[in-house]
Amino acid sequence: MLKRTPLFAAHQRLGARLVEFGGWEMPVQYSSIMDEHLAVRRAAGLFDISHMGEVNITGATALEFLNRTLTNDLRKIPPGYGQYTLMCNEQGGVIDDLYAYRLGNEDFLLVINASRIEPDVAWLKKQLDAFPKRGAVNLEDVSEKYGAVALQGPRAVEFVDQCFPMIAKNRIAVLRATELKKNQVDRFEFEERVVYVARTGYTGEDGFEVIAPAASIEAVWNRIMAEGHAHCLQPAGLGARDTLRTEACYPLYGHELDEQTTPIEAGLGFFVAFDKPDFVGREVLANQKSQGLSKKCVAFKMTDKSAPPRPHYPIWSTGSEATRIGEVVSGTQSPTLGIGIGLGYVPPTFGKPGTGVEIEIRGKRSPALVVQKPFYRKPN
Amino acid sequence: MSSNVPANLKYAKSHEWVRAEGEIATVGITDHAQHELTDIVFVELPAVGRKVKAGEACAVVESVKTASDIYSPVSGEITEANQAIVDNPALVNTDPYGSGWFYKIKLANVGEVASLLKSEQYLAQIG
Repeated sequence: MLKRTPLFAAHQRLGARLVEFGGWEMPVQYSSIMDEHLAVRRAAGLFDISHMGEVNITGATALEFLNRTLTNDLRKIPPGYGQYTLMCNEQGGVIDDLYAYRLGNEDFLLVINASRIEPDVAWLKKQLDAFPKRGAVNLEDVSEKYGAVALQGPRAVEFVDQCFPMIAKNRIAVLRATELKKNQVDRFEFEERVVYVARTGYTGEDGFEVIAPAASIEAVWNRIMAEGHAHCLQPAGLGARDTLRTEACYPLYGHELDEQTTPIEAGLGFFVAFDKPDFVGREVLANQKSQGLSKKCVAFKMTDKSAPPRPHYPIWSTGSEATRIGEVVSGTQSPTLGIGIGLGYVPPTFGKPGTGVEIEIRGKRSPALVVQKPFYRKPN
Repeated sequence: MSSNVPANLKYAKSHEWVRAEGEIATVGITDHAQHELTDIVFVELPAVGRKVKAGEACAVVESVKTASDIYSPVSGEITEANQAIVDNPALVNTDPYGSGWFYKIKLANVGEVASLLKSEQYLAQIG
């Protein structure tokens, strides 16, 4: 039996097409992927991300525990900010990629992938058991208690303050949602409950993510839909979420990331803090950084008129002695660029932008070009 | 969502339509199919001269999200492929029974057309 988010009835009323995703029955699209994708690039889109998991970690040694368990350095952010980070095994393989929000000096909320809730919580508990100062850490899986939505697109700023006009009594810093800077988070009052509004997202556009008690999330969704109506807001499904994140070159667990792939190979070394005390996976990651990699995640675009690349298509080198050099992990027709784009793993010698490669599509090879990431960057 | 199903065409369960004129038939995909596939971004058609059997995968359409095989509803030899939908795949979405046709085929067995679904039978299937 697939799990459903508290917004399932809302999706049905909107005529969403529903699909299975990571054990959840989720909307893939309402109108069309192309239409919703362009709405997010030009105006605004609203996504249900209630399937994502949340873990609350508190206590006097919570920061120290998380800094041993995650790759980025949480000492770098004050309360009221979030940080993209990764959780690795001892071999440096990625257990999950996540956002860690610092809600107070000793209060953290991890937002994790829907398909990874069980392995993440099991891994966190295992790490906590091995942590000498575990007595001062409390860990709670609160995934069932929260729902979440993502309001994304350049016009979101026009109406987000109307959606959340009340600051919470225990606010951290800001007075209005539009005051939030990138990666900043704060508490707002919504129908007598506290919700979190963060300036984060997964589309490459400006936008906000709202985490609210499960019982409030449908009212949050309805409020945003109503306030956004005059600003060309559209509901957007997982189909557009995937094409938007692919254009922005954001990784998706199970595609760019898995337990056999490291953050360094994935091109996420920026989120691995080697200038902090020891953390799980450090040794392998440091060796990869100093001694080089056997594979690397690259972005490529199709150069001839060809079918779009798809996950698992083979990547070949070019020329008379062409060999199979890797595999596509994400691929789609780019709604913004109108060409086939993809991400794949190849030996680093093929990783330089401008390198020609070939993508095997149904037994035929089509030319592609390795390009700089990302494919799309929002205009300033 | 109601789909357009013209009464003068014959249909395959796999959502292709056939318009037979003598021993030449025109083949495309139905309005229902294009709606299910949504924005079509790429079409691959069979080569002229290729012999296909009814039920054989002979074309591919790709939407943003996925690739789907198109099955020939009838047997015969491809006589013409519609380059217009290769150049502008959106025609399949906007005009599935007109300029969005896929290919013409010289029927190996004219009687095969009669065994396809009538419009009301296809409507009942997608109903």
